[in-house]
Amino acid sequence: MLTAGWSNRHLLARLRDMARITLKNLKHAYMENPASDADWALKELNLDWDDGGAYALLGPSGCGKTTLLNLISGLLTPSHGSILFDGEDVTGLPPEQRKIAQVFQFPVVYDTMTVYDNLAFPLRNRGVDETTVDKRVREVAEMNDLTATLDNRASGLTADGKQKISLGRGLVRTDVNAILFDEPLTVIDPHLKFQLRSKLKELHTRVPNTMIYVTHDQTEAITFADKVVVMNVGEVVQVGTPKELFEEPHHTFVGHFIGSPGMNVLACEVNNGHAYIAGKQIATTNRADARPGKSEIGVRPEFVTFSSEGLAARVVKVSDAGRFSIVEADCVAGRVRLLVEEGGAIPPDSTHLAFDPEATRIYTDGWLAGRAVRS
Amino acid sequence: MNKTVNQKAWFFVLPVLVLVAFNAIIPLMTVVNYSVQETFGDNVFFWAGLRWFEEILRSPRFHDALGRQLFFTGTILAIEIPLGVIIALAMPRKGPWVSVCLVLMAMPLLIPWNVVGAMWNIFGLPELGLLGKTLNTIGFDYNYTRHPGDAWFTLILMDVWHWTSLVVLLAYAGLVSIPDAYYQAARIDGASSWAIFRYIQLPKMKRVLTIAVLLRFMDSFNIYTEPSVLTGGGPGNSTTLLSLDLVKIALGQFDLGPAAAMSLIYFLVILLFSWIFYTVMTRGDEQ
Repeated sequence: MLTAGWSNRHLLARLRDMARITLKNLKHAYMENPASDADWALKELNLDWDDGGAYALLGPSGCGKTTLLNLISGLLTPSHGSILFDGEDVTGLPPEQRKIAQVFQFPVVYDTMTVYDNLAFPLRNRGVDETTVDKRVREVAEMNDLTATLDNRASGLTADGKQKISLGRGLVRTDVNAILFDEPLTVIDPHLKFQLRSKLKELHTRVPNTMIYVTHDQTEAITFADKVVVMNVGEVVQVGTPKELFEEPHHTFVGHFIGSPGMNVLACEVNNGHAYIAGKQIATTNRADARPGKSEIGVRPEFVTFSSEGLAARVVKVSDAGRFSIVEADCVAGRVRLLVEEGGAIPPDSTHLAFDPEATRIYTDGWLAGRAVRS
Repeated sequence: MNKTVNQKAWFFVLPVLVLVAFNAIIPLMTVVNYSVQETFGDNVFFWAGLRWFEEILRSPRFHDALGRQLFFTGTILAIEIPLGVIIALAMPRKGPWVSVCLVLMAMPLLIPWNVVGAMWNIFGLPELGLLGKTLNTIGFDYNYTRHPGDAWFTLILMDVWHWTSLVVLLAYAGLVSIPDAYYQAARIDGASSWAIFRYIQLPKMKRVLTIAVLLRFMDSFNIYTEPSVLTGGGPGNSTTLLSLDLVKIALGQFDLGPAAAMSLIYFLVILLFSWIFYTVMTRGDEQ
């Protein structure tokens, strides 16, 4: 099975163009003359998307994810910078010439057509001959579990059925370099979400396309993608595997946004590169930068433990989250969350907290200290 | 589950019942009453049975008026619906021009109907009307009070001017309600403008267009004021539509019985056509 899958994948890979998507100094604003930093919907961005990768664009609503996606597909033309497919500049090309498929938040189906005609539509528009159309439509219908409904009117389908058609219209083309998904599971029932997400993952192992998946849901991003691009207020804050994002957040935002509960961020003082809270030194993996700025300590709840000495704290709340409890404790620098395994002892009100030095980091103005920081 | 019997509910329905009785049921039944009787005035009535209905259905005068009516309605529908859709497609979707276009479109709809008739009456006068004078100056022998063809031309032009806006506004409402994602998906699917119109815009406008066709059908089939002011049904009987003929019979000749019978037939014809339009246009929606 695996070998069959691989050979199929390679065969398909040979049949189409390979494409590496490069974004160069890309910037976008929806207004005519952006003056301040806040006017840019997307701040300057340089990024490479490897061919065949599964990427997720993760961030809160309004952070510029959809803008970035529409720039890649050509629905928007960037105010500044360029987009290259395999080194070739496509910045000025309209979407139909970019060899890109896009699946939208709300399922788009052509109501008056059958499921078959819907799937055939992108091919027929490109003048593909009917024999090939038929072959491709049936293949894609098979992949998307739509074979049984091929002759039905598309308007009668449920939301997830319609979304499968939208997806199918992207997969049916052989000239597609990348498939872009814009929060495609928003209108899908929760129990079907899981199913459709597994379907996408499975499809990615069968077709060699680059897939870029926009979402604000960390679970969706982490289960789908090999690499997650985290965005916040118009800029990319970190690109990494889910593991990297969890273990070494480059920005306190990443720490907050990924992980449940998110990373603890505590104000601290810095002296000689070391972090201090209430005069007590906190051991960290990195040293603070010399540059001025707001200093904070970031440590995930997974790496905080109760101990006999350390930061004095008072337990204020315990909530049961299944296999473990989320304990909230107040210390001088603010509230700290930590995880206690089921059955683990939770000390009486007054106690001390210890942070694992390997997982405790200093952040300056939100960015991980000691890294090359952009201006 | 216990059902509460509460007779008080009747009081809440009562106002509607009274309203419907006075504005629909009682007038309609009065007409039904007239249609089966003969009167010579003084409130003396004789039973006539279905005689008036037979007379009307057999009369060439009714056939001619119905024929003219169908021609009029058919022509204006064939012009106004496509024209309305084309104008709606050409209108801007956003920006300051939207309001300008909407106000311009709404203008003809705001003018009282008899004023529309009077306007076109003067507009078309061969000696002093802008339209009439211009047509005559450039060599056409245009005179809507003398030539039936010219009368029809003016009548249809007036209706198209007056009512295409309604179709435009309805079609435009249908167009702007289409989410952007449809256009974006169509661009990515490589659809041509014709394909976008045929597979996205037209299907999404179908419901409002059904309403537009029904409204225009019923209104144009009932039209009285504008042709009455413009041509008064002339020259001769050439533009005497059903409603004009009906008024002549009822108020000109005071033949209340035949006029009542004709009203009912008229009403049933409108009902029948509306039903046919509705059935045809919504067919396939339930699949």
